[in-house]
Amino acid sequence: MSTRQWGAWAVLSDRADLSETAWRQRLRARNPWLLWFLSELVVVEDGTQTLKDAINAALRDWSESMDTTHYVMGTVCGPHPFPQMVTYFQSIIGREAREQMLQAAHTLPTRVYACVGGGSNASGIFAGFLDDPQVELIGVEAGGLGFDTGQHAARLAQHVGRPGVAQGYKTCFLQNAEGQMQPTHSVAAGLDYIGVGPILAYLHQIGRIRVEAATDAEVLETLKLVIRREGIIPALESAHAFVTALKEAPQLSPDEVILINQSGRGDKDIFTIAEALGDARWRAFLRDKVATWDREGARS
Amino acid sequence: MTPLETYLRQRLQRKKLLLMTHAVVGYPSLDANMAMLEAMQRAEVDVVELQLPFSEPIADGPVFVRANQQALQAGMNWERYFQFMQRVSSAFDMKILMMGYYNSVLQMGHETFCACLAEHGGSGFIVADLPPEEAGELFQHAATHHLSPIALMTPTNSMPRLQEIARHARGLVYCVARKGVTGKQTPLDDRLEAFIARCRRATSLPLALGFGLRTGADLRRLHGLADMGVLGTILLTTWEQGGAAQYELLLQDLRAATIA
Repeated sequence: MSTRQWGAWAVLSDRADLSETAWRQRLRARNPWLLWFLSELVVVEDGTQTLKDAINAALRDWSESMDTTHYVMGTVCGPHPFPQMVTYFQSIIGREAREQMLQAAHTLPTRVYACVGGGSNASGIFAGFLDDPQVELIGVEAGGLGFDTGQHAARLAQHVGRPGVAQGYKTCFLQNAEGQMQPTHSVAAGLDYIGVGPILAYLHQIGRIRVEAATDAEVLETLKLVIRREGIIPALESAHAFVTALKEAPQLSPDEVILINQSGRGDKDIFTIAEALGDARWRAFLRDKVATWDREGARS
Repeated sequence: MTPLETYLRQRLQRKKLLLMTHAVVGYPSLDANMAMLEAMQRAEVDVVELQLPFSEPIADGPVFVRANQQALQAGMNWERYFQFMQRVSSAFDMKILMMGYYNSVLQMGHETFCACLAEHGGSGFIVADLPPEEAGELFQHAATHHLSPIALMTPTNSMPRLQEIARHARGLVYCVARKGVTGKQTPLDDRLEAFIARCRRATSLPLALGFGLRTGADLRRLHGLADMGVLGTILLTTWEQGGAAQYELLLQDLRAATIA
């Protein structure tokens, strides 16, 4: 059985007038490293070339292949039963985290932090604590370049997402007055999305979860901090959860425990992370590395 | 019986097969849309779907996806859409259906949408992503304004499901000949005949068959099987690749197949 993944990347033609962004996207789509994790990567060129367009493409494929396709998207969005189904799959994280927290800290966490794009990792970790009213659940959305710039994906945190129906489900979408979806932006491709899982939107509406946003700039600063202090490389998406957790931790007493869901590993996306950090030494290193291979090639 | 059904039954008395066509409003331009509709009028098209562009058209294939995006980029909005519908309904005989996605209707408001559609000369609507059990209020307003909400039946629907869909259907039923999005070819085989037969058992409304029809020859195979053939993607690709002249030829080929 094969798995296909719809990447939110564009492959554009080899024209000389290719823009800087277009060139970068094209290169990212060709990254052979990703093929170790997938059997097939389908490149989506439609629309804004973000997560929503990959979801549209997956739904279109499913409308044809529904006899044999049952797990369409990794996120908790789309038509019923996908939000419920994916939440159930992801809930193992929350169940294990709760159990391990009781073993390691002998108490439940005061707060649980998770980033929210479509919301699969948040749904998964929150699922372990929904029946523990004393545990506060905090989702962190993409604040992008800042709310004032309009370039973000803060649908719930900024209360700008309005109820709508698209991609087969109803939730709060970033849309204009006529219901056309608006462009979103985030340094993290997985959070760069117009909607949010309908179950999460409901939990937000009834006040069970709190939702904040972290900007690209905050994410990059926190990422550096976490790499240096903890020796781990969270994915850019997960780093959003770290931002809000680290911002709020000083409000808590020393005996309180918090749980941060590191939903993705950044080492898998090291090129993306290194580029986002804008480290000139990384570029120099890569140039030297390629030069080494070129020299080896010339010798053999 | 809604005005649309009455109209279709009258047309069926003198034609072997009715014809429904499609245009994405605003793509490639409103002027081009007008020229398309003039060609449709000459081909005695019975019903036209005017698609209101949407940013996430999940039921559409690549040709219409691009058309939706470009129409929106060029500034298509509700006001321009309904102005255009008004022009079409004043100038031509064919009945007009709004085709689009539910979010446009939801944001406009069910009542406003139906009132606006009726006021600008629409006869009904095809909302591709709205299941009938979610459409109660919209369908009530449609009835008030004598509009036909068009139901879709597909080969994956069970018989009880087809009957449930039929319960809500007005005007005509759109039989989607296969799974998947718009714009791919459909083999017209025995399974199709069995599917149409199932739809006939579920409803007494006229049956329109769509998804993948391309030529007059395709339409002739529907004689005695369906009441109406629906063509969309092939028309737009013909316009894009062959211009107005090829578009006219295709429509005349289709027209001939509606008579004999």
